[in-house]
Amino acid sequence: MSVDKATVRRIAHLARIGVEEEELEGLSGELSSILNWIEQLHEVDTENVPPLASVNHATLLPREDVVNDGGDPDAVLANAPERHDDFFAVPKVVE
Amino acid sequence: MSANGQDLIQGASGEWEVVIGLEVHAQVASASKLFSGADTSFGAPPNSQVSLVDAAMPGMLPVINRICVEQAVRTGLGLGAAINRVSIFDRKNYFYPDLPAGYQISQFKNPIVGEGEVEIELADGRTQTVGIERLHLEQDAGKSLHDQHPNLTYVDLNRAGVALMEIVSKPDMRSAEEAGAYLRKLRAILRYLGTCDGNMQEGSMRADVNVSVRRPGAELGTRTETKNLNSVRFVEQAIHYEARRQVDLIEGGGQVVQQTRLLDTERGITREMRSKEEAHDYRYFPDPDLLPLELEEEMIARIRSELPELPDAKRARYVAELGLSDYDAGVLVAEKETADFFETVAAGREAKTVANWVMGDFFGQLNRSGLDVADSPVSAAQLGGLLDLLDDGTISQRIAKQVFETMFQSGEDARTIVEREGLTQVSDSSEIEALIDTVIAENPDRVAEIRGGKDKLVGWFVGQVMKASQGKANPQLVNQLLRDKLLAG
Repeated sequence: MSVDKATVRRIAHLARIGVEEEELEGLSGELSSILNWIEQLHEVDTENVPPLASVNHATLLPREDVVNDGGDPDAVLANAPERHDDFFAVPKVVE
Repeated sequence: MSANGQDLIQGASGEWEVVIGLEVHAQVASASKLFSGADTSFGAPPNSQVSLVDAAMPGMLPVINRICVEQAVRTGLGLGAAINRVSIFDRKNYFYPDLPAGYQISQFKNPIVGEGEVEIELADGRTQTVGIERLHLEQDAGKSLHDQHPNLTYVDLNRAGVALMEIVSKPDMRSAEEAGAYLRKLRAILRYLGTCDGNMQEGSMRADVNVSVRRPGAELGTRTETKNLNSVRFVEQAIHYEARRQVDLIEGGGQVVQQTRLLDTERGITREMRSKEEAHDYRYFPDPDLLPLELEEEMIARIRSELPELPDAKRARYVAELGLSDYDAGVLVAEKETADFFETVAAGREAKTVANWVMGDFFGQLNRSGLDVADSPVSAAQLGGLLDLLDDGTISQRIAKQVFETMFQSGEDARTIVEREGLTQVSDSSEIEALIDTVIAENPDRVAEIRGGKDKLVGWFVGQVMKASQGKANPQLVNQLLRDKLLAG
């Protein structure tokens, strides 16, 4: 499987990673070889084997429905790029 | 779900059928969030109910809330749906300022609940089944405020991470009326189950509406999705507009484009949503922080055994066991609070009388005051007390209505009002006879008419005597005594 330059441009945009035009060629080669390496897995016969969601055989442990967190806006907002009162303030995203 | 003639849209080139499916986001009733211990209450100060998990701080891990899982199972059972013993949480990736992780934890390929159904009732008495495609658990996002600052958006993460059930219907609805009936019925079921408070104004329930049009019976047309509608009226408004827009577009030689739209509630029109929806490519993959969710049979069995009586069953019981009409039963079960109120009053009392009072004077007063059953100044026990006074003859029907109005204003018990204002029905025949004699003495002409054969005038005398007693005389007794005096011999 090969990843062309247009695909690299698209997934970089979806991941909000800035990629220069001259980097596309190299990345397309690297990503293609990674995918080709992983595709070796297709050689294994997985007929009648259910898809695997996790390699860990434990079951999901739940928590009880109690309020024991939150109530500390200063901690939540400590790394905010900009804070107005108790809100995060970010560049306008208008709909 | 056959095309009922009245539901078709008349276009310039013939008839069109509207096909509608709803995706409803219902906030799970729980104290804390789906994957964190932060509070879910509505209306708290900004960012005061946010855990570092909800804020997606590096290294924070989600831990699932047991009750949220049970609520989803309970809802699934209430919708007669398949419960999937294993379901998987996936990451839905997109960027928006109110989604701090850059992904929403949701369920994509393997939801917790599979197919089910909802029965709806329409105004003309038809009932219809709407299929449920699936129900899955997911996180809500935070809230963006765009109008607080000229060039900044404010973000409040209190909602971020709150558990939602996304309930997806099959495209089984054919008119705005059906979609409205479905949404109302779904809301009632969730409220009966106690799995969502159903408060649409506070955003506890929001609907995305998928609409397409086609020639009756033809292949499905291209659909549009109008997002985030928080009332039945808006859902109906969006469907009316969107169906007409699509028909006009196709008949004008254009094509419907699959897109996301927003309803402008002021103008009643939909418009295309910009920016956020560009390049829908969520790149779902299983969340590596969460193992598959496995449900135990015992838990499912326990929840099934605890299910409350749901509206359809309740309605059938009111008709079969209490002898109410199907219409009355339908009105009384539509809201859980109304049904609870009715049942409390009806316990040990005559159900039809209670139904008449609840749907008549009680609803009338609530409507005039703009109140819900929950806010009623007259409790079910108090209304019951009034009906007991009526039943044992202490007060007349007319006085009962008058007392009820006073109860509604003051919140007092019926007995308190009756005793203070001396409204006890007069059943003492000598007192009533005195009143009758006075009225007869004042109206010799009419007495003569009755004796001349105009029996019907007795009714007029009954009215006069009742008036003279200020409504307190026992009307049956008045009638009897008058007949004895005027018609005998």
